[in-house]
Order: sequence, then C-alpha cells, then structure tokens
Amino acid sequence: MQLLTRSIPLLITGIAGLVMILSAFFPYTSDWGKIAGNFFNIIAAFAFVLGGGNLLKIHLKKVSDQSEGWGYSGVILVCFIATLVVGLGKLGVYPNPEFPDVRLSGETQSSGGFWWAYEYVFKPLTATMFSMLAFYVASAAFRAFRAKNFEAILLLGTAFIILLGRTFAGFLLTDWIPLDGLFGGLRMEELSVYVMNVFNTAGNRAIMIGISLGIASTSLKILLGIDRSFLGSGD
Amino acid sequence: MSRVGLRSALLLASALALLASGATGAGSPVTAPPDPPTEVTAVDKAWDGGGVVLLSWTASPSPLVKGYEIFVHQVVSEATAETETGLEAAAQAEAETTRILEGEGVAPEDAEERARLAAENLPPAADDRKWSSMGIVTADQTEYTASALEKDTPYVFMVRAIGSDNSLSAPSNVTPELIPVAAFFDGEKLPLFIILLVLCGAVFLFIVLARGGMPMRIRTIAGLKAVDEAVGRATEMGRSILYINGIQDMDDLQTVAGVTVLGRVAKTAAEYDARIEVPTSRSLVMTAARETVQASYFTAGRPDAYNPDLIYYVTDEQFGFVAYVSGMMTREKPAACFYMGAFFAESLILAETGNSVGAIQIAGTAQPSQLPFFVAACDYTLIGEEFFAASAYLSGQPDQLGSLKGQDIGKILVGILIIIGVSLATLASTSAPAPDAEGRPTEPSAFHQSMTSAVDFLKNTILGS
Repeated sequence: MQLLTRSIPLLITGIAGLVMILSAFFPYTSDWGKIAGNFFNIIAAFAFVLGGGNLLKIHLKKVSDQSEGWGYSGVILVCFIATLVVGLGKLGVYPNPEFPDVRLSGETQSSGGFWWAYEYVFKPLTATMFSMLAFYVASAAFRAFRAKNFEAILLLGTAFIILLGRTFAGFLLTDWIPLDGLFGGLRMEELSVYVMNVFNTAGNRAIMIGISLGIASTSLKILLGIDRSFLGSGD
Repeated sequence: MSRVGLRSALLLASALALLASGATGAGSPVTAPPDPPTEVTAVDKAWDGGGVVLLSWTASPSPLVKGYEIFVHQVVSEATAETETGLEAAAQAEAETTRILEGEGVAPEDAEERARLAAENLPPAADDRKWSSMGIVTADQTEYTASALEKDTPYVFMVRAIGSDNSLSAPSNVTPELIPVAAFFDGEKLPLFIILLVLCGAVFLFIVLARGGMPMRIRTIAGLKAVDEAVGRATEMGRSILYINGIQDMDDLQTVAGVTVLGRVAKTAAEYDARIEVPTSRSLVMTAARETVQASYFTAGRPDAYNPDLIYYVTDEQFGFVAYVSGMMTREKPAACFYMGAFFAESLILAETGNSVGAIQIAGTAQPSQLPFFVAACDYTLIGEEFFAASAYLSGQPDQLGSLKGQDIGKILVGILIIIGVSLATLASTSAPAPDAEGRPTEPSAFHQSMTSAVDFLKNTILGS
C-alpha cells in the first residue's frame, strides 16, 4: 500500500520534474516536456468524469435528505443534466453541410441549444458576477483608505495621487504648473506615472523575486521528496 | 479643325499631361531602383535551441539606400510541394466553378469542365518560391538574426535594398539551403543554468547542514500563527471553516502550496472538532485535498471525524465557482475563511463577501496583482514568498527549514546582482559623452563603451535568459 500511495507517486513526481528541467535547457529533450504536459492533460480529462460524478452525488444527497438549501442543489442538478443532454445530444445543431444526413455531424460553436445556453445564459451570468467586482472594489477601497495610522495615511495619499492622476480632474487641478518647468514633475498626471513606474514597479519586482525563489526552493523540495504534504503525508 | 475643336484637343492634352505627371510624382526626379546587396551568407547559430540563423551581406553600392528587407523561403519536400500545389489548384478550380455556376447559370458539368480548362490554360508562375518578408533593417546594418524559424527545416534567404523612394532593388543572391539545428545545450540559457545550480546547491547544502544538527531559525509569520486563532474562533462560534484552494489545477505550484497549508488547517480543525468545508474548482485538487485532509484527521487521532463529502467539486468555471462560494458564504456564514492558492479577479469578490459575513480571513497567494485586494479585505495575508515558506514553517522539520535558509542565499545573490547592475547603469549613464558646441554627438570613451556593454550583457544575457 505504501508503494502505491507514496513511493510510486513520488517517483512519478521526481521523473516528471526532472524531465521538465531538462527540457528547458537541452533542446533535444524539449519534446519530453510537452509529452509530460500531455500526460497531465489526459489525467485532468479523466478527472472531469470524477468531478461530474462527485457533483451529482453531493447534490443528489442534499436533495434526497432535503437538507438546508436543497432547492439550490435541485437547480444545480437540473442545469447540469439539461446542459449535458443538450450539449452531448447536439440538440438544435445544424448538420455539417458535408454530411447533411448525419444529425450529430454539426458544430455546437455556432448553432443549437448548447450555443444558445452559452451565449444567452452563461455569458450574461458570468458578466453579472464580474461586474459586481466594481462594487466590491469601492467597498474595499473605502475600508482600506481610512487614515487610521501613519502607514494608512501614506496609502491613502498614494491612492489619492494615482486616482486623480488617471482622471481629467487631476489634469485640471495641476494644469497651471508648466510641464517643461522645474516643477513639471509635480503635475498630477506626472506624479501618477512616477509612482507607478518607480515605487510600484520596485515593490512588484521585490515580490516577484521572492516568489521566484520560493517556487524554485519548493520545487526542489518536492522533487527530492522532502515535502510530501501534497500526497497527504501530514506533517 | 474648328477653333472650338482645337481648343478642346489642347485642353485634353493638358489634362493627360497633368495626370501623367501626377502618376509619376510631379516635380520629383524619377530615380532608378538601387543595386542589390551582394554576398549574402547564412550561418546557423551555434549553441542555441534551434531555429536561429545569422545573416550577413555586403552593402549595396548605390548611394541612396535607406535600408534592407530580408526575405525567407521555407524549402519543402517535393511531395509536400506537390500536395500543396494540388490542393491550391483544387481550391482554385472549385472557386472558378462556383463563379461560373452563379455568374453565368450554366449546367454544373459544363461549369466544372470550363473551370478545368481555365486552370490548364493558366500561365506558369514566374518564381515558384514563396518569399516572406522577415523584417527591415537600416542602411548601416549588414547583419540580421533570423529567429523563430522551424527547427530541422531547410530555408533559403535573400535580401533586397530599399531605395530612398521606397523602390526595391532586384533580389540579391539566394543563400544555399540551410537547416537551423538545435545544439546539445542551449547556450543562451547558460547564465540561468548557473544561477539555478547555485540556488539548488545552496538549498541542498543547508538541508544537509540542518540534518546534521545546525540550528535553523525562522521569523514568525503572522498569517500562519493566526491559523489556530481562526480555527479556535470557528469552534467557539459553532460555525464552519471555509478553505478555498485557488482556482488552478495541481500543475500550479500555488495549488500545491495551498494543499500543504490545508493539511495543517485540517489537523487543527480535527483537534478542535471544527467543521472544515473545501469546495474546489478542479477535480484533481478535490482528490488531493481529500487525501491531505484524511491524513490530517488520522494524524490528529480522529479518523472517524473525517467526512469526504465536505471536500467537493463545484465547477471549473471561474465565475460559476465564485457564484457558488459567495452564495454559500452568505447563507452559511463561516467563521473563518482561508484563501490559499492562485486567484484572479475572484479574489476580491470572495474576500469582500467573507468580510461582509464577519469571518476571520487569512489569504496567501503568489499572484502579485491580487495581493492588494487580499491585503485590503483579509485579516492576514501571506505575501508570495511567505506562502511558499508555509510548508516549512508549519512542519518545523530541519530539512524544510534548511531549504528556507538556502533560499536566503538566492536572495543574497539577487541582491549582489542588483547592486552590480545599478552601479554599472549609473556609471554608463554618467560617463556618456556630452555633445560638442554645435550639438553634434561626440565619440564615446572606452570606459563608457565597456560600461554600456556590461549593462547590455546583464540585461540581455543574464536577465534575458
């Protein structure tokens, strides 16, 4: 059992990782990296079935037990099954002109129930969720920009410059400062660009360097089998 | 000829003369196309990943050349060429048939026959090579690096000079067929390979030293220290713990790091007898998370309390997943929310919803663009490197702590490179030659040239690899 749950997965992880490293530096092995990537895609494709089965099981159980919020589970099940039937059955899809007698020869990308559901149900719902982000940005900014302490005041000041500098109001406010003069850099739009190019870029790069080193170190730990927590080994 | 007729003829002649002068560029002298460049040679670049060819040529003797245009032709085998020609001819015949059918209304058989005859009577092409333009260089350049070519495929090249009036010269000589092959080792990545060896060597060395008993100290990470507090709060309030492992699959290292932290959170939850719920957006993550949580419950001595149904798959769709989780948070009001993994636009939606239900929130991600949102909306945030250090921090094992120390060597190396780079760039900038009294550029000093070369090497070779 230890062999199946620990040794073989660790061996696969080590070999796959080594292949990916080799493929980055040795051109003749560059295809090996792609093959390793393809293996992952194949496994992930099988996992779709696993995910679908799990979704059915969990929500059927909720409906069956009539536990709290079971109505939502009912909606999920109906939508899941309806989409599956419409998509796999290619309902309403025009057959391919080359094979007019074969009903399932058509493409779902441009016609049929699946396309309709994607275009007129899924996309608007997705757009709705995404557009809610604007309100969340406003509420988060309101909370984050409260001048509670010195750091918060610095944050508020910087945000003030950036927000104003990116609007026409900022331009109007400091329009009287000559751009070519000694204090041209103090114009709101110039300050905004300066903050983004210098402070923001420097901070971002520092974080990126830390992340890169962290990724390299973690990868090495996983390849050497030192970090096995992702296999369920606990501490 | 009548007087009116003569005048009309003169007017017509003037108009024609005007039109003719307009067509050739009125007032400008007509120049002949420049002479083509000569001795065009192509050499496969050594120590590369393949697909790169170095071209050079002798400049055109014509005085009014403003640049050169480089052309490439991919040589295909005879069989492939025949297939391509056949397919092209078939497509042309089909288009012609359709045109005759629709335009003239003749019978389909007649249309096909006429299209076939029309195709047979087409004049042969003057040059069957398909030349593609690769780029244009200025007149002072006589070298070009042709990149992004297919490996192990033969190519031929030629160059044409561009005159000051944009006229193209005749083609230069065509280079012999050249196959850009890959070297055993990609020399362009040598600096990266060395850095990787130093970094991995340092990590490995400190792991060995830690195993040998060398004491390792790690600073306190507030976000990880708060795990116990968050789980304890959930237990006291009798509410659940929500753990989101990002929205990427197991091939993303952030997801792996997230699963690692999940192990610790699940162990604490098992010890406190708290309920932990893990909705996932990838099936493989669900499987990995189940294994981890099960192991944690086993380690905590409570294998019977493990419920696999609390770790479940929702959907791969980003906003579908967000809609489900946000709805669940609003209904069930978890006492603690963990967001550990790769997040994108959904980060703020999730964190703000969690904030609105009053949950204690801990986030960790290596997505720099999402960090400000988590910092604004969560109580604790593991920023990039801290997130990857979580595994070592939580386990406390010497092996893992040693790897963190090795990482510090990488930071020192980066710091040294930054100092060298900044110094060189400053010296290159300050030693730049000032223009002469009339504003013309002057000859740069040898020092400036060497500084500029060093900066270029750092930027293009070391950072570019």
